[in-house]
Amino acid sequence: MATIEFDNVCKSFGDGINAIHELNLKVDDGELMVLVGPSGCGKSTLLRMTAGLEEVSSGEIRIDDRVVNHTPPQQRNVAMVFQNYALYPHMTVRGNLEFPLRMQKQPANRIEASVKRIAEMLDLSPLLDRKPKALSGGQRQRVAMGRAIIREADIFLMDEPLSNLDARLRVEIRGEIAQLQRELAITTLYVTHDQAEAMTLGQRVAIIDQGLLQQVGSPQEIYERPNNSFVAGFIGSPGMNLIQASLSSERGEIGLRLGSKRLPLPQPVLASYPGLASHREERLLVGIRPHAIHLAHADSTQHLAARVCAVEAMGHETILHLDTELIMHANPKTAADKARENQPHLLVQLNGHHNFRVGDQLRIELGIGKLCFFDADGRAIG
Amino acid sequence: MRLNDQTTSALLLVTPALLGLLLFILLPFATALVLAFTDLRLGSPLAVNFVGTDQFLSLFNDPDFIRALLNNLLFAAVVVPLQTILALALALLLNRGLPGTVAFRTLFFMPVVFPMSLVAVIWSLIYAPGENGMMNAFLQWASFGLWEAKDFLRDPLLAMPAIMLLSIWQGVGFQMVILLAGLQGIPQTLYEAAALDGAGRWRQLLHITLPQLRNPLIFVMLVTTILAFRLFDQVQIMTRGGPENATTTVVYETVQAAFARQQVALASAMTVVFFLLVLSITWLQRRFTHHEREVA
Repeated sequence: MATIEFDNVCKSFGDGINAIHELNLKVDDGELMVLVGPSGCGKSTLLRMTAGLEEVSSGEIRIDDRVVNHTPPQQRNVAMVFQNYALYPHMTVRGNLEFPLRMQKQPANRIEASVKRIAEMLDLSPLLDRKPKALSGGQRQRVAMGRAIIREADIFLMDEPLSNLDARLRVEIRGEIAQLQRELAITTLYVTHDQAEAMTLGQRVAIIDQGLLQQVGSPQEIYERPNNSFVAGFIGSPGMNLIQASLSSERGEIGLRLGSKRLPLPQPVLASYPGLASHREERLLVGIRPHAIHLAHADSTQHLAARVCAVEAMGHETILHLDTELIMHANPKTAADKARENQPHLLVQLNGHHNFRVGDQLRIELGIGKLCFFDADGRAIG
Repeated sequence: MRLNDQTTSALLLVTPALLGLLLFILLPFATALVLAFTDLRLGSPLAVNFVGTDQFLSLFNDPDFIRALLNNLLFAAVVVPLQTILALALALLLNRGLPGTVAFRTLFFMPVVFPMSLVAVIWSLIYAPGENGMMNAFLQWASFGLWEAKDFLRDPLLAMPAIMLLSIWQGVGFQMVILLAGLQGIPQTLYEAAALDGAGRWRQLLHITLPQLRNPLIFVMLVTTILAFRLFDQVQIMTRGGPENATTTVVYETVQAAFARQQVALASAMTVVFFLLVLSITWLQRRFTHHEREVA
């Protein structure tokens, strides 16, 4: 049982790269906090600093109000599950599970009892005498979990523990991890680059980009009210559409100028985004989730014409990539996305199967009630 | 084997290599094996007789040969563990990534490149008798004048240790390089996992480094053991087996028998014994490694 606090933590490597920049974050006792961000954002560095495998350049890391900046990993009572599991290849499953207890010089009968308990908990009993090499990916993953659980550490650290598994197993073990963590109620810091994993696992999610903490909050908060355009684009699959727009007021009525269209903003929207009033006549970014866009009814007056560029049919839903007159803001999610989509399309997520073909013309309508607003620098307008 | 048109060309391609093996390894060994059961002497006018196992019997009744065997065993028993531990220590130090690693690695490896005959001559100078001998002078300085000058290579008690010391100095670099390569193959995350599991440096060495280094260690010890039984150059150049047979070895005795006393048959018997000895050591060490091989 412990809390973790990051107080103005910075990490810079010798070559002048700032991996982490003045990060402040508190993980509560018993909480599962997910750190998520694109690769190279510094989330693993943060985890390794918590473990003591990486030095802190400045600032403080406190575990249970105790500054641990200079405490060696051996004395932090922190357990970690590595991305490649780091099982000891020359030891059997039993040897791997026993190792942390043997390092604590526990008596043999207690070690044996603990191994038995953990093996039963994780279904490892028939595998105890095998070497890691003779295990499947999922089994290795469970041994790695077992080795972390067995010593009753204060804190769990997990560094992309599911990334080496296939998709089906990932979903299965994701559920098991969440359940285990709830049962054991051990403070857990979980690193992943997969936003879906973050959303399903985390009680709270911390999003990091380029060494800066972007937003911390419950999955729902982050999804519905992203702090900035990065979070908006990163969270969700696919991420939020970001459209360049400007705010205009005509005859006392505030409206959005989207390309050649003018969209009057109804009173409830203005009421829930009071900050909008101070951005009149300014350029801004409008965010809208792909599922908040739908096909326009025949009698709609606010529709946009669009042309289908690509169709992703998933069975239960259809994702359309549309060309419209709207000017899209490049989604900064990952470098790969940037390379793929020079001029991003407007993404629309429709329930069920739709028989659209590339080149089809259609009319769409934005769900006005589900818009998010960001200023020119990408900060959310509250 | 399936016979097809590839077999012919394959056979054709391996023929030169097979021929070499046959001419220079198999044939001489077979000859030695046959000769070991005769009483052949070089330059003797007498006819060659088949004498059965007489040569082997006389070998094991020959105190010089027994002494040579014991010397080899002693040499292996001291040099193999000492040299391996030293090599491991050097490899661990070099693997820390401290400044100057490359320079030190080169320095430690240099003696391996020198021919043993050259090394032996240089160390003969180092071991020179009298107070002006380098080793004597050093020991005198290090012991604040308590050391009395010795003639290392002519002292029955000191000759063998002297040869051991130079052999370790010459051989340690090779072992170190092999172990260093092994160390660099150990994934860093294993150490990180062990550190988080509460293992300090010493226990990381014990539970991660040594088990992960198992195969290179066995290889290195195997090669060193075989080299220890082949001990000859140093002895030939520095002590000629003396004093009082203190440094004689199986190979030295063999060379003496064949080329100084012309007892070719006896020398052949010695090589057969030597071969069986090395073979059994290799077999033993293979057995050690075999069932753990899947770890590698």
